[in-house]
Amino acid sequence: MNIVWVDGAGDELSQQAVAFARGLGGDVAAVRFAAGEAYSPAAWAQTLVELAAERGASAVLAPATDRGNELLAHVAAKLGQPVAANCTSLTPGSPARVVRLRWGGSLLEEAALDGSPLLATVAPHSVAAEPFGEPETLAVTPAASELDLAVRVSGRIEAAGAGVSLADAEVVVSGGRGVGSAEGFGVIEELAGLLGGAVGCSRAVTSAGWRPHSDQVGQTGTKVSPEIYIACGISGATQHMAGCKGAKRLLAINPDGEASIFASADYAVIGDLHEVVPAISAEIRKVRGT
Amino acid sequence: MNILVCVKRVPLTGGRMTLTEDGRAIQTRHLGFTVSPHEECAAEEAIRLVEEHGGSTTVLTLGPAEAEEQLRDMLAIGADRAIHLVSDGEEWDPQATAAAIVEAVRALPEPFDLLLFGNESADGGNYQVPIRVAHSLGLPCVTGIKALSAQDGLLRCEQEVAGGRDVYELRLPAVVTVREGINLPRYPSVPGRMRAKRKPVAASTPQRPAARLRMERLVVPEGPGKQAEILGHGPEAAPRVVEILAEIGVI
Amino acid sequence: MTETEIQTTRRLPARQRIVIIGAGIVGNSVAYHLSRLGETEITLLDKGPLPNPGGSTGHASNFIFPVDHAKEITSLTLESMRQYKDLGVYLECGGIEVARTEARMQELQRRMASARSWGIEPTSLLTPAEIKELVPFVNEQILLGGFYTPGAGVVDSLRAATIMRERAIEAGMTVAANTEVVGLDVEHGRVVRVRTDRGDIEADRVVIACGCWSPRIAAMAGARIPLSPAVHQMIDVGPVAMFADARTLVDYPIVRDMDTNMYERQDGGGLEIGSYAHRPIMLDADEIPSIEESALSPTELPFTQADFELQMEHALELVPEIVGDESVGVRYAINGLLSVTFDGLPLLGETPEVRGLWSAAAIWIKEGPGAGKTVAELMVHGESEIDVFESNIARAYPHQKTRTHIRARVAEGFNKMYGIVHPAEQWETDRRVKLSPHYERELALGAVFYEAAGWERPHWYESNSGLLEEYGDRIVRREAEWESRWWSPIINAEHLAMRDRAGYIDLTAFAIFDVTGPGALDAVQRVAMRQMDVPVGRVVYTPVLTPSGGFKADLTIMRMADDAFRVVTGGAFGMSDLKWFGDNLPADGSAQAHDLTSSWTTLGLWGPRARDILSSVTSADVSNEGFPFASWREIEVGPLSVIASRISYVGELGWELYVPIEQGARLWDIVAEAGAPHGAVPIGAGVYGTTGRLEKCYRAYGAELEGDYNVVEAGMAWGSVKEQEFIGREAHVRHREEPQAATMCALTVDDHTSSSGVKRYMLGREPVLTADGEAIVDARGRRSYVTSAGAGPSIGRHILMSYLPPEHARVGAELRVEYMGELYPATVATVDSTPLLDPGNERVRS
Repeated sequence: MNIVWVDGAGDELSQQAVAFARGLGGDVAAVRFAAGEAYSPAAWAQTLVELAAERGASAVLAPATDRGNELLAHVAAKLGQPVAANCTSLTPGSPARVVRLRWGGSLLEEAALDGSPLLATVAPHSVAAEPFGEPETLAVTPAASELDLAVRVSGRIEAAGAGVSLADAEVVVSGGRGVGSAEGFGVIEELAGLLGGAVGCSRAVTSAGWRPHSDQVGQTGTKVSPEIYIACGISGATQHMAGCKGAKRLLAINPDGEASIFASADYAVIGDLHEVVPAISAEIRKVRGT
Repeated sequence: MNILVCVKRVPLTGGRMTLTEDGRAIQTRHLGFTVSPHEECAAEEAIRLVEEHGGSTTVLTLGPAEAEEQLRDMLAIGADRAIHLVSDGEEWDPQATAAAIVEAVRALPEPFDLLLFGNESADGGNYQVPIRVAHSLGLPCVTGIKALSAQDGLLRCEQEVAGGRDVYELRLPAVVTVREGINLPRYPSVPGRMRAKRKPVAASTPQRPAARLRMERLVVPEGPGKQAEILGHGPEAAPRVVEILAEIGVI
Repeated sequence: MTETEIQTTRRLPARQRIVIIGAGIVGNSVAYHLSRLGETEITLLDKGPLPNPGGSTGHASNFIFPVDHAKEITSLTLESMRQYKDLGVYLECGGIEVARTEARMQELQRRMASARSWGIEPTSLLTPAEIKELVPFVNEQILLGGFYTPGAGVVDSLRAATIMRERAIEAGMTVAANTEVVGLDVEHGRVVRVRTDRGDIEADRVVIACGCWSPRIAAMAGARIPLSPAVHQMIDVGPVAMFADARTLVDYPIVRDMDTNMYERQDGGGLEIGSYAHRPIMLDADEIPSIEESALSPTELPFTQADFELQMEHALELVPEIVGDESVGVRYAINGLLSVTFDGLPLLGETPEVRGLWSAAAIWIKEGPGAGKTVAELMVHGESEIDVFESNIARAYPHQKTRTHIRARVAEGFNKMYGIVHPAEQWETDRRVKLSPHYERELALGAVFYEAAGWERPHWYESNSGLLEEYGDRIVRREAEWESRWWSPIINAEHLAMRDRAGYIDLTAFAIFDVTGPGALDAVQRVAMRQMDVPVGRVVYTPVLTPSGGFKADLTIMRMADDAFRVVTGGAFGMSDLKWFGDNLPADGSAQAHDLTSSWTTLGLWGPRARDILSSVTSADVSNEGFPFASWREIEVGPLSVIASRISYVGELGWELYVPIEQGARLWDIVAEAGAPHGAVPIGAGVYGTTGRLEKCYRAYGAELEGDYNVVEAGMAWGSVKEQEFIGREAHVRHREEPQAATMCALTVDDHTSSSGVKRYMLGREPVLTADGEAIVDARGRRSYVTSAGAGPSIGRHILMSYLPPEHARVGAELRVEYMGELYPATVATVDSTPLLDPGNERVRS
């Protein structure tokens, strides 16, 4: 019997975790907490610990999400057992063998994992997702201590719309020397506005006095981690790249097909930003019908 | 408020990692070292809290002798003192790490009001040392915090979740792990650097217990180098760009 | 696709005339100038991406101070500034070299003089208060003064490189970024192919412009580019409140804190602090990390804080308001790699090891475009507008290309980057590499050794200190510490002893090579300006010219046989001269050049008693009739077969005596023993290279003789032009017909007394001014400066050599020379080559 904690109604990562657990052999019990239960990691973990004991689980797993990792760490701490986070494979045995992600996925670690039950979280996309039935719904154990319950979600702030900061922005539209002037940033601001993003710039730009230093992305400026970083007329100096390497995706617009920036980019548009950026803005308006 | 910040020395890596011959570590011959980014923010947060509420910041690391460099970095930005648990240079698994920290904390005469950690280390990514420390010390633990404030012994923490932020309120003493973005860590000033040289660093050498999660070797995953997808030339590329933006979900 | 994209296509051309490796400031500059000179089949490669491939150009501090004591470097810098300005990437902000010590203040006076010699104006000396006014953030209270160059500035070197590349692309060049060179193929001593990870390119010529990677690339072809990557620490602190409203990248002059080997400059909203004060940190070219492995770039290595502790304190002293501000943080800190050579100079030109393989390496931002233009000109024309004889890569002797030597000298030179370096200052490390056969004897005599082409060569002998008493008042003692540094009055005493009796001089440092074969005569005729079709047994002193008639060398050639010539030249440029002869041998292989430098030693014997001494140890006829001036004979001296050559660089009767190197010690013993009864003493190079030759107004290559001046100007156009073709003939004939813009003159100093009453003696390179203290500029825009300076003990005057325009080039013209901030009167004593001592040359020919 392997227990898998799943988040909510069974998203893709949960489906992957269940599939992963099935791969270990034996029965799999997918469990979740009732919708009304405020998240309380230690109390939830206490519940899982009791469930594992009750069922004689040979493994307790969770998807390697923030909460999955947190819950399993609490379970492990309570049991005094090791836990392996972000596993791409788990081979039961004595000891068990795991392969897990390190360095944000830049490296893999092959390791031996002791303990019973085996505790691990499942790295995204380690196995194909498999649908599973309605998970068992758990309620927090009455045995949860005051200390366990001391940490519990007590409020919620909905995501705000406007006024995104550079560091937090989902979209950053950034301009470099290729923008040419302070006025040239008009097209950058327009696109950032349409995407609800923030405007960034390279060091060359602040050095030239076109933008304030607070807009500078880079080693000596702000480090950003948006969903997409749109680099316009930025050559790709390492100093700058150090500030935007946290971006999930990078779209570079540059007239020089051999510009450094393309070596780090996911998407490239070769051309003059003063033509390309307004065209993108126009296209967005067209798509939105505004 | 007396705060302990735990940091880890990690290499500042480039675009590609290469491994040592035995495959058990990253080749760091040409690399500089830093503390994990989340921990840098944890230290900054501690210093700000102390600036606001008074008290002192102690920074702790478990690492090789060279990790004193990272402790001095933290002292340079405003930590008051440091504890160096000098390791043998081998990797300590999360349980061993947590145990060493707990032992060091218990050995101190004064308890801490707040123990700050990064959410996870840049290199190990085990997501558990702070939680284990909290359990051992009988303290509550919140993780992944992007905003933190303290008033009258009450801690208010915001954690980023899909669609917004969850709020936690708890009493001190507590363990909190933070995420990059909670603040913009300051750079050390030159006077700070010079002061750091004179601040106390208490060193001790804990024994490394047998690991229960034993790293055997590291592997560089295969994968093609980044090859940008060319969306087009000039303004004609705009429709394709907008498609991509829509796929990502930012439109 | 745009034109740029076509040119940056990922397909490499199969063959090109020229491949340039390295797309930093240097490679792009070479490319641009080659295309400007008509070369179109060029490919520029770099293993990194563009515009910043990750070399030193990408992290350079990019500032330019034009004033340097060295003429060649200054010329390259001034040309580079001109180009940066043309490209629109030069931001003139001024620069101040500040002094914390009295010694530095004196050095700044020397800077003033060099600025005047090289025509860099305006410059001025500032008081601490004036410095404060220009740079309000410095603490002027720790300063004694500063040297201000308003024309100093900051460039955008990456932008300059990009513009130059784009222009070359327009002219037809192909560019391939992200293309790594994996091999260079050499066939029959010539480079033929560049192998890359994207295919091979056949090429006639390959330029290595790879900065600190250059040694690695050169080694692929079996050639040496003798430099070492070395670390320069740099930090950027900010944000600086007073820079928040900065109008430009640099609103304030750059400050060089010379005494601490540091600089501080505004960089936008921050302050950049750089240092050459830390321990020398060197890497091997193979150790530089790859682009992918690097956290920043391959040449921006992790900062080592421990090496910067003292520098922080120094920065805090000078810039307390900014550096001491708690809200100002260290935002960027690197150990930046740059290229440093064994003698601190660039490495330009074709490598002596591999034909067609060119080096454009060890070049700083301030020299980049000028060096690029120079290398392009050398490739296309065989000579360059700026003569770069000191930077010629061919200058290096084998030992100077070894890792041990390079590391030792780079380490020693590193902390002198901002140092106060005396013109005669000697290297301390890795000495005693080349020892002459006379060395042990010289050591026993208390020789003070200077380094000459790697040899230990006596500059004077402490054993001669007794001569000081003998010559008493005739020997001028120097009162000021600066001029007595690296000098001894014994030099002047040795000089007088030689003029009165005789002296023998260790000349082992000469470079010697034979040109032999059926085509030997044609070969030397083509290179040498003077007639070489002379009888066997003659010695000819001859200039060697560049195609445009400037000086390439001056040397002596002995005709050994119908088909054999022996070339003897100074050690300093001996290897460059060897390469020049080798480059100009007949294509049919009918003549060869063989280096004999390590096979032969030379002992000079000169003075009125030289014949008496020589005749006492040989039965050969050494009379004036039997052994006339400008001839050589093989004579027996004891058991030795000696090649005796009757010429002189000190203006005395005497011979250069050549023997195989293993017999040198015996020759020394014979000459010393025979000389003793005649009062002969060993003489150092202080006499040979300075006092002896200056009294005779003999010119020296690298001082009076260089590419920028011609034979007529140098006053050496004796006789008629030989009929046979030689390199530079056409230009030389033209020079003889044209009015000359300047003429080489000798001046003597009339009064040495400074305002403080101390007698001062010029050492060379000082500006020569009109009686009104105005700069003297000739019709070609060249400034008059002291090419050589030194004592003339026999004539009792201090001698200065200088090119002067016609209006000043007359005997008796009263001029001034600037030295240490004061003007001293000097009078033109001779014009053309008339010697100050023994104008009829009777001594030499007696």
